[in-house]
Formats: sequence, C-alpha cells, structure tokens
Amino acid sequence: MRITCPYCGERDRREFYYRGAAVDLDRPAPDAGPDAWDDFVYLRDNPAGETRDLWYHEGGCGAWIVVTRNTLTHEISATEPASGGKR
Amino acid sequence: MDKLIAQTPCDGLLPLTIGAVSVTEVAPGAIHAVSAFQGQAKSLSEAMKAAHGMVLPAPNRAAGKSGARAVWFGPGQVMLIGPTPDPSLSAHAAVVDQSDAWAVVRLEGDGAEDVLARLVPVDLRPQHFKRGHTARTLLFHMNASITRVGEKAFQIMVFRSMAKSLVHDLKRAMEGVAARR
Ligand SMILES: [Zn+2]
Repeated sequence: MRITCPYCGERDRREFYYRGAAVDLDRPAPDAGPDAWDDFVYLRDNPAGETRDLWYHEGGCGAWIVVTRNTLTHEISATEPASGGKR
Repeated sequence: MDKLIAQTPCDGLLPLTIGAVSVTEVAPGAIHAVSAFQGQAKSLSEAMKAAHGMVLPAPNRAAGKSGARAVWFGPGQVMLIGPTPDPSLSAHAAVVDQSDAWAVVRLEGDGAEDVLARLVPVDLRPQHFKRGHTARTLLFHMNASITRVGEKAFQIMVFRSMAKSLVHDLKRAMEGVAARR
C-alpha cells in the first residue's frame, strides 16, 4: 500500500501512522452540549465505501494528512494536508 | 571541574570504506531550523537570498553547497546548515538552534544508491533523485533527511543519538552490496 503525501509524493505505507476517522478535525464547540460531544468522542460510522482518515507522515515530513479512501476497493482517491492550505 | 572535550556525533565510528563506497562524517557547522511565520515565506526567501545567497528551497529540494546549505525539512521548515543565521531572518521566521543535535554523514562512491536501496523506501536512483533533491524518509528504523549532494554522493542526517545505529546500518548494507560485486 502506498500513500501520496501532499508534500513528499507517493511513499510506502510504513512511513505513515494511522490515527483514525478525520472527524477529529470537526471538534464541537466547548458548549455544544453532551449529545454533540458524545457523538464526537464515541460514535463512528463504519462505511462500506468512501471514508476519510487522518494519517501522519511520521517517517517523513511530519505532515498530518486527510486520506479519502474506499473500504471496499482500497482505492485512495484523494490526499490533502489536514492543515488546509499548503505551507 | 574536569575539562570537557568536544566530540563529534560519529567520533570513533567513521570514516569507513567497504568496496567502492565510503562514509565520512561531515562537520556541518551551525544547524538552525528556520520556519517562516504565517504568510512570510516570500519575504523570508528574500532575506535568505540577501544574507546567505540562496532562496528558500521548495519542498523536496535543497539549495546551496558544501559549507552553506538550506535543506527542506518539512512543511514550512527549512534547515540552514553551515552559516550562523543572519539576524534579519528572525523578522520573518522562527529560528531555532539545533547545532550538534544531528549526526551528518556523507555516503559516496559507485553503488551508493545500492547501499541506500537496502535501507530506504524511496527510489534514490539518479533518474528520480537528482543533485539538489532531498527527502525526509526512513533509513531502516530511523527518521532521516537524505540529500543528493553530488553525482555519487549523499548527505544523510539523523538525530545525534542515532549516530551509532546509522553507522551500523550503513556498514551492514555496504557489506551486503560489496559481497555481491
Ligand atoms: Zn510528507
């Protein structure tokens, strides 16, 4: 498996650390209420199809990357810096 | 108090030549991480050009030459190696002294790529990785910065604490390559 780092280009999977669903980037406001926080902390979709993950280019440039991939085909359709714009 | 004796990271470990490939320790001079403030990459690049004669390298690229290099080290971060950073850089960037924190070696010779091919999951052959190209990647289990600095020469940087492992891993790979020649 290979992942394209938005900075370094296509790299071997062993350079990356898997964090989890990219939902981490959509943190609720502190006063969003217990339902929103319960959802954010504990509840995850388990899609048969497209999903968005957070990966860390640990053995590389140190960028956090949002990876869009398909759990059925293993195809990776997009990678982008979690920070938004490129630096 | 006893007088302290300065030792380089690879003191007692290098130089090393096996077959056609050699590793030598590089005395890098000062090493500073230079990270542009938000939106100031362009003005930092101009200040670097004025003070040190090289612009800010793009991702996966290095600028300069032996004695004064700027090596891309990650998003928004460049390592200035050699000169003491001019004070003018600090108006545009966070400048952090990392001198002596890195082991810096030069791997050189016919088959240097073959040695690295045993350790590094990136294609470093000259058709893909030319002079002035740099990669943040793994060297066996170590985070490394690898830059092609010559036709048959690479500069390799790892954390200073990894110096012994770096030399061990390079040595083993060099022996393997030499045995197959
Ligand atoms: Zn990267």
